[in-house]
Amino acid sequence: MERKYHISKHCRIDHHGVLYNGQPLSAEISTEFSIFSKAFYYSLGTTYPKFFKMDNLSKLAWLGAELLLKEELSKNIAIVLSNRSSSYDTDLKHVHAISNTEQYYPSPAIFVYTLPNVCIGEIAIRHHLQTENIFFVSEQFDSQLTVNYCNYLLNSNRAEKVLCGWVEYLEENYKLVLYLVEKTGNLAHDLNVVRQLML
Amino acid sequence: MRKVYIGPYNCISPLGCTLEDTWSAVLEGKSGITLQEPIGEIPNTYAAIIVRDELDSYFTAQLQDIKLAEAFRFTKLEKLMISALLPIVRNLDITTETELIISTTKGNIAQCDGKDKDGVAASLPALAQRIAYLFGFKRSPIVISNACVSGLQAISTAKRLIQMDYCKDAVIVASDLVSEFVLSGFRSFQALSDGICRPYDEDRKGLNLGEAAAALYISKQPIPGQKQQFYVAGEASINDANHISGPSRTGEGLKCSIERALAEAATLPEAVDFICAHGTATVYNDEMEAIALHRTKLADKPINSLKGYFGHTLGTAGLIETILSLECLRNNILLPSFGYQKQGTSLPLAVITEKIHKPLSRCLKTASGFAGTNTAILFEKEIL
Amino acid sequence: MEELKSELKAKIIEALNLEEIAVEDIENDAPLFGDGLGLDSIDALELTVLLDKDYGIKVTDPKVGKTIFQSIDTLAHYISENRTK
Repeated sequence: MERKYHISKHCRIDHHGVLYNGQPLSAEISTEFSIFSKAFYYSLGTTYPKFFKMDNLSKLAWLGAELLLKEELSKNIAIVLSNRSSSYDTDLKHVHAISNTEQYYPSPAIFVYTLPNVCIGEIAIRHHLQTENIFFVSEQFDSQLTVNYCNYLLNSNRAEKVLCGWVEYLEENYKLVLYLVEKTGNLAHDLNVVRQLML
Repeated sequence: MRKVYIGPYNCISPLGCTLEDTWSAVLEGKSGITLQEPIGEIPNTYAAIIVRDELDSYFTAQLQDIKLAEAFRFTKLEKLMISALLPIVRNLDITTETELIISTTKGNIAQCDGKDKDGVAASLPALAQRIAYLFGFKRSPIVISNACVSGLQAISTAKRLIQMDYCKDAVIVASDLVSEFVLSGFRSFQALSDGICRPYDEDRKGLNLGEAAAALYISKQPIPGQKQQFYVAGEASINDANHISGPSRTGEGLKCSIERALAEAATLPEAVDFICAHGTATVYNDEMEAIALHRTKLADKPINSLKGYFGHTLGTAGLIETILSLECLRNNILLPSFGYQKQGTSLPLAVITEKIHKPLSRCLKTASGFAGTNTAILFEKEIL
Repeated sequence: MEELKSELKAKIIEALNLEEIAVEDIENDAPLFGDGLGLDSIDALELTVLLDKDYGIKVTDPKVGKTIFQSIDTLAHYISENRTK
């Protein structure tokens, strides 16, 4: 049976600022992620000290997910994310640590973030999502793959909703587009809409 | 939902350049884990590493076979992937409906010297494109990087996409290296064993890293010429949502993954013939698995971890361990869990300690990884 | 010893990214793990690295780590007895 799903919420975080369902949110806009992310975190009014232990990729993903899932009651939300650079931004930090032969002290707190899917773990922990999750890496966001994979999860009742999107962070260049797919919502969950969101 | 069939498959590991070699070595009870020379600033560590010269001479011979020049200067990782793929792809009709799925946690990270801010040398999409281009795949490859469950998720993703009619068949390839990058990281976690790892054993002290590559073909059609057909009966990947490095103390995500895999397969725990689990030999992982298996009423099933034979191969683990488990199904043989002597988990498991010949039809394969990942797949054998 | 304790508090805040905690907030005898500062297993490993890097002490036994890291007091005491830097 061909079921139709919808996008109920979406958000974007990049150098232009933060958009929630297409509307700009007032936030500190700064190209320096450390300044922006801290200010935006505080503007959300949440208390989550672990935020400050995360690497940049996880902070970015966490902030986007916080916007979309803060008031969600459902816990049956799968997570399907992708990016281009994997965890390379943090990988570089680990490489620097192990390139220092004089002071060779690789950090476990950095190493744990040298996997791109850890940002999914952070979202899952924050929102108690014991659900299906996967992380793809591709040059551009693969709309066809994500739309189809997401439909599969919903069609087969493996999840009630799916958090999908693109979370890319590398050397101060960042872009997040997240959207929540479920039975009802304002936008149709189809290729054209998703491609539009990702532009 | 339609069945999705598996085969042929191949692997290259520290035990041998082909599946036949690796399988023979495992049957003989050999381990590819040895004490290594210092790697970077890391002193002698037990790991399973493929000797460069042996790989290069095998690879060169394979390349001559397909008349490809060495001029491409493939990295060690790429040579492993290509070596694993060649027997699978050689006679395959790659169509516009064929997907290429790549599983890796760190890809070409060993090429990163720290100065490359754009990450070109270590780029996963670039790696995938090179492999796809070499073999003439017509679609954009899919790269899965989801910690140590990536290899199993590559199989479940292929199965899902085929069931969705997104593609008709898929080639999966997985590989990861034992790099200073990863070794230093696990060392900082104090997760490495000071000897060959001993999954589930009371004296287990941690894991050994290993490097390997594996490749597998999967299709909506039964595999021609195979009297025994293997298919994915059920699968699931459920996150613990507990901690980014430590597994859930109650094994929640693994338990759910197993239950859902069995439910999809409409199979009761009693019908599972054996389990090839993750068994990294860290105190916490093995303990978590024992709890999850008790909670899913599978604790009395013969169980092994294959990590004592070739180490924890990260992105390859799910795939190479599946391949060997399918060989177990094919040959009706249970493989001992290398390194196990005495119960070391608080709840007992039926760890396999010697080779046993018996009819086998269903294997449950599990994996777990950083960021609370867990995957369980039930494989079934059907005799035509 | 008091100087070492202050130094430790500052180092811990920095090394473990305890953004909202100040040196004055950490009591000398308060538990660092569990309810205290809410530190976890990764933090324990980071502290192990800190001990090695800044004080030349290698801790490989997790049981030893558990006793050393109970509080600032136990940590300062252990460091003053065993430091090589």
